[in-house]
Amino acid sequence: MRSVLKQISQIAFGLMSPENIREMSVRRIETPDTYDEDGYPIERGLMDPHLGVIDPSLKCKTCGSKGGDCQGHFGSIELSRPVLHVGFGDTIYKILQSTCNKCGRILFTEGEIEAYTARINEIRESGESLTKFIKEIYKEAKVVDRCPYCDEEQEEIKIDKPVSIMEGGYKLTPSEIREKLESITDEDSLLLGVNPEVARPEWMVLTVLPVPPVTVRPSITLETGERSEDDLTHKLVDILRINQRLIENMEAGAPQLIVEDLWELLQYHVTTYFDNEASGIPPARHRSKRPLKTLTQRLKGKEGRFRSNLSGKRVNFSARTVISPDPNISINEVGVPETIAKEVTVPVHVNEWNIEEMKEYIKNGSDIHPGANYVIRLDERKIRIYDETKEAILEKLEPGYIVERHLKDGDIVLFNRQPSLHRMSMMAHEVKILPYKTFRLNLCVCPPYNADFDGDEMNMHVFQTDESRAEAKSLMRVQEHILSPRFGGPIIGAIHDHISGAYLLTRKSSIFTEEQAFQIIKKAKMAIPKRKDSDWTGKELFSLLLPDKLNMQYKAEICKKCDKCLGKDCSYDAYVVIEDGELIAGVIDEKAYGSFSGKILDKIMKEYGSDRARQFLDESTSLAISGIMKVGITTSTHDENIPEEAKERIQDHLNSAERKVDQLVEAYENDELEALPGRSLEETLEMKIMQVLGEARDKSGEIAESYFGMDNHSVIMATTGARASMLNLTQISACVGQQSVRGGRIDRGYIERTLPHFKKNELGAKARGFVHSSYKEGLNPIEFYFHAMGGREGLVDTAIRTAQSGYMQRRLVNALQDISVKDNGMVTDNRGLIIQTMFGEDGVDPAKSDYGKAADLDKIIDEMRVK
Amino acid sequence: MGNIDQEVVNKVIKIVKKKKIDFPESYVNDIAEACIRRELTDKELETLIVRVKKAYERSKVESGEAIGTVAAQSVGEPGTQMTMNTFHYAGVVELNVTLGLPRLIEIVDARKTISTPTMAIYFDEDHKFDEEFAKKTASKIAKITINNVLDDDLHIDYGQMNVEVIISQEKIKEKHLDFDEIVSKLEAKLKKHTFEIEDNKITIAPKVDKRTKNGIQIRDIRLLVDKIRHFQISGVKDVNRVIIRKDEQWVLHTEGSNLKAVLKMEGIDKEKTTTNHIHEIYTVLGIEAARNAIIKEALHTLDEQGLSVDIRHVMLVADMMTADGSVKSIGRHGISGTKSSVLARAAFEETGKHLLNASIRGEVDELTGIIENIIIGQPIPLGTGSVGIKMKNN
Repeated sequence: MRSVLKQISQIAFGLMSPENIREMSVRRIETPDTYDEDGYPIERGLMDPHLGVIDPSLKCKTCGSKGGDCQGHFGSIELSRPVLHVGFGDTIYKILQSTCNKCGRILFTEGEIEAYTARINEIRESGESLTKFIKEIYKEAKVVDRCPYCDEEQEEIKIDKPVSIMEGGYKLTPSEIREKLESITDEDSLLLGVNPEVARPEWMVLTVLPVPPVTVRPSITLETGERSEDDLTHKLVDILRINQRLIENMEAGAPQLIVEDLWELLQYHVTTYFDNEASGIPPARHRSKRPLKTLTQRLKGKEGRFRSNLSGKRVNFSARTVISPDPNISINEVGVPETIAKEVTVPVHVNEWNIEEMKEYIKNGSDIHPGANYVIRLDERKIRIYDETKEAILEKLEPGYIVERHLKDGDIVLFNRQPSLHRMSMMAHEVKILPYKTFRLNLCVCPPYNADFDGDEMNMHVFQTDESRAEAKSLMRVQEHILSPRFGGPIIGAIHDHISGAYLLTRKSSIFTEEQAFQIIKKAKMAIPKRKDSDWTGKELFSLLLPDKLNMQYKAEICKKCDKCLGKDCSYDAYVVIEDGELIAGVIDEKAYGSFSGKILDKIMKEYGSDRARQFLDESTSLAISGIMKVGITTSTHDENIPEEAKERIQDHLNSAERKVDQLVEAYENDELEALPGRSLEETLEMKIMQVLGEARDKSGEIAESYFGMDNHSVIMATTGARASMLNLTQISACVGQQSVRGGRIDRGYIERTLPHFKKNELGAKARGFVHSSYKEGLNPIEFYFHAMGGREGLVDTAIRTAQSGYMQRRLVNALQDISVKDNGMVTDNRGLIIQTMFGEDGVDPAKSDYGKAADLDKIIDEMRVK
Repeated sequence: MGNIDQEVVNKVIKIVKKKKIDFPESYVNDIAEACIRRELTDKELETLIVRVKKAYERSKVESGEAIGTVAAQSVGEPGTQMTMNTFHYAGVVELNVTLGLPRLIEIVDARKTISTPTMAIYFDEDHKFDEEFAKKTASKIAKITINNVLDDDLHIDYGQMNVEVIISQEKIKEKHLDFDEIVSKLEAKLKKHTFEIEDNKITIAPKVDKRTKNGIQIRDIRLLVDKIRHFQISGVKDVNRVIIRKDEQWVLHTEGSNLKAVLKMEGIDKEKTTTNHIHEIYTVLGIEAARNAIIKEALHTLDEQGLSVDIRHVMLVADMMTADGSVKSIGRHGISGTKSSVLARAAFEETGKHLLNASIRGEVDELTGIIENIIIGQPIPLGTGSVGIKMKNN
């Protein structure tokens, strides 16, 4: 292992002087051609071997090292005439505006200069940004119309972005600009925002252009043998060509007009070389009309160097594949396909104690599973293990070698699903090698990853150092993240069948013979309890998993929110009572151990620790699964069948609602409707109609609901919180309801009506997108059309929302990421600026809190009094 | 919280001091409140305090914790689950207020103009239950134009080339206005016009200017009509509509916001009256108030969508936005644009600009932040990276 030998403590930025550039350059580049007919690079061409080589068979003419080892060397182009640097066009313009056109002094009196300099030094000392103050200086200096030093009247300076600067109608040539900039004193230049310690204003006008090494712009050889050059090379060729022509023309004494044209062309090429997206300049294009990607484009934006190569990097020892569910593994495990386990490896230092084990791995080689792929010798040479080399390696293996062995059961890996919106999107799991080709994960970890199995893929990273493994094990394991730092409640928990299973198991009617009970227990891989020679209730089975001494009471998800709560004697068995680790009353459903709301899980997590919580979750979900397999659950559209009588009642109700709407419309048309305060008549009518129709749907839902019982599996799923909602069911069985676009009834389409089937300005329920039918019955064409309108809006909405919230998240993270808690409890950013003296005013970590509170006082008092 | 027995609070403070515990004030209040509610004996109170202390110490943040990132994620992650639907009826049915993701974005952007500013105006002790006063104030605040007090409509007499304005006496009475006042205001506005007043009828005609040779055009009349129609005769600037509501007491909800002007009015509870316009709160009440407003608004937006986010995360966002005494936005023009590190700024947005500026200014990147260290490939100064181990010299 190599350790960090040196640390970078700071990076200073500055401008390169022409001398710097020449000094750095190993070769002056003069010819615009790259290769000769034989394919060899031309001397003093853009591919000059002095600039470094890529091909490992060649040697760099400057440093002598082989291709791959040589990082490349800069060359330079002597520009025959100076040109402006695009990035500084605006700065140059501002500087010229602020300085005297004749003598080059800043347009301030001595006294002013002194005052401003003092202020600048002050700001620099404090480490704040100068930009704002410099802007002020530009503004102040611009308005002075007579030089305080040479008394010259100042002509107005104008800029035609990005690079042509005019002085009173005359276009300044870069040479003239450079001369002006040269005459600025160091003292003045500081005020103009150019720090004389690292830069001179005239360096913003280029006289010599650095040529990046070949390694920066490698040419690609196509299959046809044809060479394709990098965009930068293309641009440099253009620059050289024009530069050369300019020299020739000047030497030949060509007319001023031609020289100026060429000069401007040179300026164009240099400009686009730096930035091909500069406003006001047509981008330089490739032969295929694709705009060239030049320097700025390489750095900028999401695909630029900064965001995609520096802030985020591609890594080795990672794997990605489709995920699928596996209820039989623990929540902190991940099933890894053998093919992946054989590819990604863990480096193990060979020592006396593990040398035999390592030898075994080497013997297995890279094709048999618990094997190894490489060994790293004492001299740090990496050797691949082949059948042929196995024996030799085995012989030489000694403590100090590093063996890169295959991933095996029990290894810790990082598991991740994008988008990584919160820290629970990357958690450490224990590896379990499984057959087939997908990653397997326990269903309880779907919510934090926001994963489902409709083709989602996930990534896995293997730790390569012991420190990282130790850190991951104590900080990143799944059980350490059961509580979300967002609200201090559980985010990992049971979903879907776990919940309906637990309900089916623990409801009052669930009584099992001892034989059945033991089958369930066995299947759930739980410890076998003592026989009791009588029937078991499901509640007793579930109680086996609860920690001793657990006491709690709460209302279950299926609670009907009756006006008067009967507590323990709830007729729906919705009041959960746990005494001393025994489930006395109530059913287990989403509120017990579901994600986001599991109360029992939450309590176990907070009082018994993360490992106990993990155990509880693993056991209870597998009990629920074995329970559901015993009882059985299924669903079909028959679940949403309602009797003819119910249909009639619903129809009657909807009709009366529609009549009510018609009455409202009539009242409106007869001007009898009274407007709500601050609303127009139309708005009032809309609101009233919406209200009536909303009630109509709810009421028809209620009618349908009254025919559903808890023996209906769809209803079980909806009420226990396993999946779907009662609204979904009533939409299927009773009435779909009002479709909306932009938060109101549908009112778009044809002129003054939604569809040609209606009269103009018709305001009735049907004409504005109320769907009477249920999904099961089927929608008529008009309803179907309105439904599609509403559905489309929903889709568009989600698409826009993800983009917007993603950007907001990026901004938030970027703004806050440097903030941390210091040893004394203060919250500061990286500059040491104090943001808070105590985090959240009480210094409590929400992830360790009880729904945002350090302690639930009532809970403590209850506990105190129990004893 | 206002009516907790001070005696109990003092008792709690005494015990806390005796035990040498450092509780935040809110904890003391909470304990006192629980003490009264649950009728604790002194001994029970003491054990409670000891237990709370234990729980408090256990749940403290560890130093080095990357709370910034956690806060950002906790506020940002629910964004994906929010609705885009801009308008919702919040509390007051008659008012539309921006909610959901657009509102959250508006808050972190620290916009100077927000899409739906609204105020809740409360009255002081004397006028809390005074309906008449509420109505009077409402009419003073609400924007009223001539159009609102017309009897029928404006009449244009093309023959006489004048405009007849008939003011409804009922309407102005209802709105607590005065006819003469309206006339004088109109006259002040339309100085070059002739006025004829007859009962509640005002006839306005443009004066024939000697310079306008063609006399008065029909166009002029029509422009005049529009001018008169939309002439504001009463109300506070920027406030359009006012809705009077009675919850426990009389409350005015407004569309549009002008905190400064409203606070100056008489009979208004200056503590309870608020606006949802954060920048206005900042200019009128200062930075601390703005910070609290950000917390309140952001939390309300999240709560309304049924998303629970711990207040501490929102607090951190608000504190970061207001740390330097002004409300800064989260983004390139605010916090991210004023970071000390060149690399951090370049990695966020406007890469070229930051690099070029840094070069002529001769900036030095001290590499103290997170991205800078990631960029150069060093461990980040957060969490386990913020501590090191030193070996003892033997």
